[in-house]
Parts: sequence; C-alpha cells; structure tokens
Amino acid sequence: MKKIRTTEELEGFRETLVTGRDPEKPRVSVCCGTGCRVYGSMKVIEAFEEEIDSSGLDKKIDVVSTGCHGFCEKGPVVVLKPSGIFYQRVDAADVPGIISETMLKGRVIEELLYTDPGSGKTIVYEHDVPFYQKQRRLVLDLNGDIDPTNIEDYVAFGGYSALSKAVERMSPEEIIEEVGNSGLRGRGGAGFPTGLKWKLCRKAEGDTKYVICNADEGDPGAYMDRSIMEGNPHRVLEGMIIGARAIGAHQGYVYIRNEYPLAVENLRIAIAQAEACGFLGNNILGSGFDLSIQIRPGSGAFVCGEETALMASIEDRVGEPRPRPPYPAVSGLWGKPTNINNVETWANVPIIIERGGDWYSQIGTADSKGTKIFSVVGNINNTGLVEVPMGATLSEIVYDIGGGIPGGKACKAVQLGGPSGGCVPVEHFDVPIDYESLQELGSIMGSGGMVVCDEDTCMVELARFFMSFVQEESCGKCVPCRLGTKAMLDVLTRITEGNGQDGDIEYLLELGEQIKESSLCGLGQTAPNPVLSTIRYFRDEYEAHIQDTCCPAHVCKPLIQYSIDVEACTGCGRCLRACPVEAISGEKKEPHIIDQEKCIKCGSCREVCKFDAVMVE
Amino acid sequence: MITLTIDGRQVEALEGATLLEAARENDIEIPTLCFHEALEPYGGCRLCVVELVGPKGSQLVASCVHPAEEGAEVRTNSEMVRRSRRTTVELLLAAAPNAKVIQDLAAEMGVEQPRVRLGDNDCILCGLCVRACDEIVGANAISLVNRGFVKEVKPPFGIGSNACIGCTTCVFICPTGAIKLADVLTNRSVHEWKSDFEFRPCKICGDHYLAPELRQDYEELLVEEQV
Repeated sequence: MKKIRTTEELEGFRETLVTGRDPEKPRVSVCCGTGCRVYGSMKVIEAFEEEIDSSGLDKKIDVVSTGCHGFCEKGPVVVLKPSGIFYQRVDAADVPGIISETMLKGRVIEELLYTDPGSGKTIVYEHDVPFYQKQRRLVLDLNGDIDPTNIEDYVAFGGYSALSKAVERMSPEEIIEEVGNSGLRGRGGAGFPTGLKWKLCRKAEGDTKYVICNADEGDPGAYMDRSIMEGNPHRVLEGMIIGARAIGAHQGYVYIRNEYPLAVENLRIAIAQAEACGFLGNNILGSGFDLSIQIRPGSGAFVCGEETALMASIEDRVGEPRPRPPYPAVSGLWGKPTNINNVETWANVPIIIERGGDWYSQIGTADSKGTKIFSVVGNINNTGLVEVPMGATLSEIVYDIGGGIPGGKACKAVQLGGPSGGCVPVEHFDVPIDYESLQELGSIMGSGGMVVCDEDTCMVELARFFMSFVQEESCGKCVPCRLGTKAMLDVLTRITEGNGQDGDIEYLLELGEQIKESSLCGLGQTAPNPVLSTIRYFRDEYEAHIQDTCCPAHVCKPLIQYSIDVEACTGCGRCLRACPVEAISGEKKEPHIIDQEKCIKCGSCREVCKFDAVMVE
Repeated sequence: MITLTIDGRQVEALEGATLLEAARENDIEIPTLCFHEALEPYGGCRLCVVELVGPKGSQLVASCVHPAEEGAEVRTNSEMVRRSRRTTVELLLAAAPNAKVIQDLAAEMGVEQPRVRLGDNDCILCGLCVRACDEIVGANAISLVNRGFVKEVKPPFGIGSNACIGCTTCVFICPTGAIKLADVLTNRSVHEWKSDFEFRPCKICGDHYLAPELRQDYEELLVEEQV
C-alpha cells in the first residue's frame, strides 16, 4: 500500500478508487458479523466464491464479506447490490440458485425473502423491511457496504475525509468547538458532553497526553461496540486520530475485551492498514501531527470498563478502580492527562467533523443529540442492532422495529443499561428516549443493551440475575459494593426461593440507596438500580413472592408446581417421553400424572403437550 | 493554605491535603479502618465518608482520598454520614462478627444485630497488610487476589512466598488480628502466608534472631524431609 502524504494525495487516491469501481456492477454483500457467522455465513461466502469462480463470473460479480447488518434474528443475511434485494436465513445450498436465478435472470427467490410477521407480506428490498425503515443509521450506515478488512472500501465510501478536513482546515480548538456544538455526549452510558471532556484534557498541563478507546463492552446482551469494530473499525480509528489531534495526544490505546476475537482481528488489520497508508504514524497527511495507536486486550473483568480500572489494567496493574478526583483529563494513564471515550462516541466524531456540529445537533432532543445504537435482545421477534435518533420511543423500538413479542405475548418491560440500569415498564413506552428522561424513570441510557421482557418474565428473578452478575464482577475493593451486593443477592435469592421475610423489600431499598451513595466507583454506584427499579414498578411481584410464596410469572422453581389436567390429557405419552427424570407415568390413552418428588420443574412436559394439559401454578 | 468549612467551622488546611488530614489537623475526628498515616490512602472501607455539600446537592466522598478544596463545605457527622457508616459497619459485622474492632464500632454506632449473615472471617480486606508489605517493607510478598466477595489476601499462588522475610509488619498493622503469628522456641510462622522461619542464635549475645538468607535453606530442608 502506498503511503499517502498529503490531503491532496488522499483525494487523488479516493478518486482513483471511485472511478475504478462501477456502481452498477453486481455486488453480493454477505453479513459476516459474529451473529451471522454463528449461523454459517462463512460457508455462504465460500459457496459464493466457489460458484462465481466455477461459472467464470469473477469479473462480473463482486462478493463482499461485511460486518454486522444488524438484523441478527434472520442471519445469515445477504443483500444484492445495487438492487437491494434482501435474502435472509441463507444457506450455502441456496447460493447457486441466487446466482443463476436472481443475479443472472433477475428472478426473486420467494423462499429466501423476509416475511413481515405483522402484515404477513413478503418483502423484496432491504429498504422496505420494517426493521430498517424506522432506523436512522449514521454510525452503522456503511456496515452493509464495506469489507472491514479493506481500507480501500472505507476510503472509497468517503472514509478519512473528516480527518483530511480536520488536519487541513481546522485548528485543535476548532475541532473541539465543532464537537462541542454537535452536543455529542458519551455513549458509554454516563452521557458526559464529549466536547467538554476534550477541552478539559486539552487544557490540562503536560506534554504527554493519551487517548483511549474504551472497547470493554460487558453488559449482558450488549454488542453495539463489537459490531462497530467488527464492521467499520476505520471509523473508530478516524475518530480517535481526530480526537488525539484536538487534545494533543501522540499515543492512543484501544482497550478491547479479548472475548471479541473478530473485533480484535479487524481492528488489528485496520491499524496496520492505517499505518501503511499514513493515517497513523509520523506527520499524518503532512500536518506534522504524529500518533500511534496500540491495542490492549482485556482479560474479561467487567469492572475494567470503569475508566480508572481500565487505565490500571493498561498499566499492567490489577484492574481496580481508584477514587476520582483526580479525573483522567488531569491525571490519567501513568499520571498523564488522558481522554477516554467509548467506541460509539469515537465513531460519531468523523460524522460530526464531516457534516458539521450544527447539522448533527439537529438530530435528537434538546439535550441528547445524534443517534443511539441499541442491541435489542430478549423476548423480541427481531433480535438485532437498532440505530435510532435520540427521542425515539421505546414502543417504536419494540413494536415497529423489533416486531413485537414472540407468540403474541404481552410486553412487560425493557431492561436498559444492563446491570447498571433499570427497567422501564410498558406504560412508559411512549416517553422519548434521552439521557434525562430515562434517568427520571429510574433507568439509564447505558451503553445500549436493551433486554425485552414479556409477560412471562419474573421481575424479581431478573433483578436477582443482574445482582448476581454485579456481585461476581465487583472488584471487592470497597465494602458497600463487595458486601452490600452480596447481602442484596442473598435477600433476593431467599425471596425467589420462597423464604422471603417481612421487611425484605424495605431492607433492599435501604441497602440499595446506601450502596449507591457510598460505593467507590460507577459499578457499585449503579449496581442496585435493577433491584430498585423493579421494586418501584413491580412491587406487587415482590410482595407475592414474600407474602403468598407465589411467583406470578411461574418462573421461580421453588415456588411452582407442574400438574396434569386429567380432563384435558389424552394420554398421548409425549410428556412422558420428554420428561428427563421419568417423573411422569400413565397408561396409553389414560390421563398421566407427575410425581412431584421426582419433578425437577424443567417445563419440558408443558412445552411438548399439544392439548395444554400441563398446568403450572 | 486553603480555607474550607468543616461542620460549620472555618478551618485552614495545607494545599494538597485530603479532607481527612484537614479534619484531623483541626481536631475533628473521623473514623477509619483502611487508613494508615504511613501508607498511601486506599479508599476501600468507606467508613471515613463525609458529606460534601455542592451546588447540585450533597454527595458522600471518602475523606481519606478526597482533596480538601478552597471553599468546600463538609459535614463529618450529619445524618447522611451516620446512616452510611451504620450500613458499612452493619455489613462488616455481618462478614466479620468476631472482629473486636468491628464489634466496638458497631456498639459505638448503635448497630446491634446485622440483618444478614455474610460469613465469619476476621479479614475485612482493608489492604493494610498488603500496602505495608509493599510500601514500607518493600518485600511485596502478599497481594489481594480474586475479586468481589471471594477476594482475599494471599502470597503468590497461595504457597509460601520467597519474598516474605518474616518481619511481621502485616501482623502488627492488621486492625482485626486476622493474621496470626506464632513464635515457638526457635521457630516463627505466619499462618496466613504459610511462611515458616527458624531463628539463628546470635554469635555475640546468644539471643535468637531471624536471618533472611536462612529462609530458602529452610524451605529446601523441609522439602527434603517430606521426600
């Protein structure tokens, strides 16, 4: 790869790339994000390459292995460009048909099309799929177009032009002002204004400064940052380079969890390519500005997503948080002024520089600007990554984009912000989402994990799950977090086991508030949130567990019992065969019974019964 | 010098002092567990929390690590502070019910019976032993391992550490007496770290003392004996 020395050379390079590409040339975009890979997209791409090779079409059709398209529920996803025909759940065996029928003859294959569960209609084009229609994709816009391991793709689609603008026409102060004007706030969850953060770090005294990308995404069910890094790592790097120039840093680190092998790999490739092209290294695009970026893999401690613990980990010390002040902007990595932003925040920067802070600030609400990516998981029809403008409502995300709840069940709540967040019950689904409105509801924006809970979810068990998560992930340094979360977990466990006591709810509330007030770092200060918010909205469920020893959602095993309705049972024997512990007995065509002593309450019998004869109470 | 208000009193403090130092300089007592003047502050026990009054309302900060700032208004014994300390002590009492220092603190703060039981371990993970071994002795023979509720103080890999010199600083600095020392005849052992040493008689006075270089020989001897 040739080194690009000036902004003119970059534009020349881009022009060569763009003119060398025929926009009408058929292009097969195969999603190869982690989700689709699990569904077998690598075999699909192999099949495309083999088929195209063997039929001599290699000059006529391009195949691109892209990052996550977002619609994980329907993977592997294949989009044919430029037409935009959208195929889902594609198997390697479907590939010859796609080429011979659709690509050569223009015939659409019905079986591979997406059917909207709401209207029952099949949909041909990607842009008509309701999942995509209501989204506003700023950060994820190129994920379906570019090969993340090929810097030329990113450049051809306009990549590094923001960097070019930033080094050529903007002073560091102007860059910071532009980011400040955009109203961008930290996407890691706390929502601190990014421009202000940069300003503080720029003003801090010292010659050596650092920039860090926090890619230690750890909330259960959250994978926004992973998909950005997998699908468009150069955008993150471009944001970091612009930020480093604005702040005056010459060394950057990406702290990324090692459980994201594909993201680590793509980022490593991207850094090497950016160095080869001259976007990293000395005298970037002739500006005289130098920057090197290194990857620091994390080893799986959730607390290392907390910025001071993260920095300790980069310094090869134990990943434990330290008190602030001093804030990282003044004294961070190795005691030097340091600016830490999350992956999604960095990825927004090139967009802001390219299109201007004023343009960006038109998107969103009064105090929360731009878009936010959510990973929508749990009891939802369309599991996937959703990017919406700030101010969108939860009901838009859950029903319009997410396609509602499977099995026609009712939605109870969503849990936002993972173990640090809280639940928002369905009656508040029309509140526009922004940092402040969610806080008022007792939840948080968080990094974007959104777990959808249907009517069969036990909110006490949900709270217990998140508490067991933070209790295990607490670093153990401070007493309220180490012992307080354990105490809360013990109380929650006894409630879900039917041993709850009078006063338990009050104790949880009291202890929760105290842990929030007195813990050392953000982990402890937010750890009680799932419990406090479920008590706030679903106190009746707690009371049912404690006073009536009953789990209204029929989830908590010690509180439920399976039995067979003799009237409805036809004696078909399905449940008998499905039971893993041989707890069900009965003659053919006679009503069966469950031996309560043997029953492990796995629910297999209820799942297989065709006559709704298995009851749970 | 800077000026700040602690418990309604205008006091002066050295620039760079922590709130705890500023308070103690002015004879205002704040309870601590993981703090020691000779060591870097840790901010772990949260017993020294004080109420910092700010424009957006009050917040609790650990006075041992929070810097005293010009014009700050601090309350060391408000209801907010007392409530937090009671919770902390109740949790500590639930985890270390037999530690005398915790029992005393509980009695002082009116905490009777903890509402949960979290075990029975005298070690409260204040980290004083670890910091003293590192910062004062320079041996760095023990450290905090694991995280969360199963965190503990251990020598590397949980086996007798070559770095331990048997100085017993850890034993003396431990606020709860969780680290046990046994000097029996000419043998010294620090139970928690599985460290054993033999005393040598002094050639001049005849008294027994512990020679650091002996440690390794002694361990090798032990291994041979077991074989």
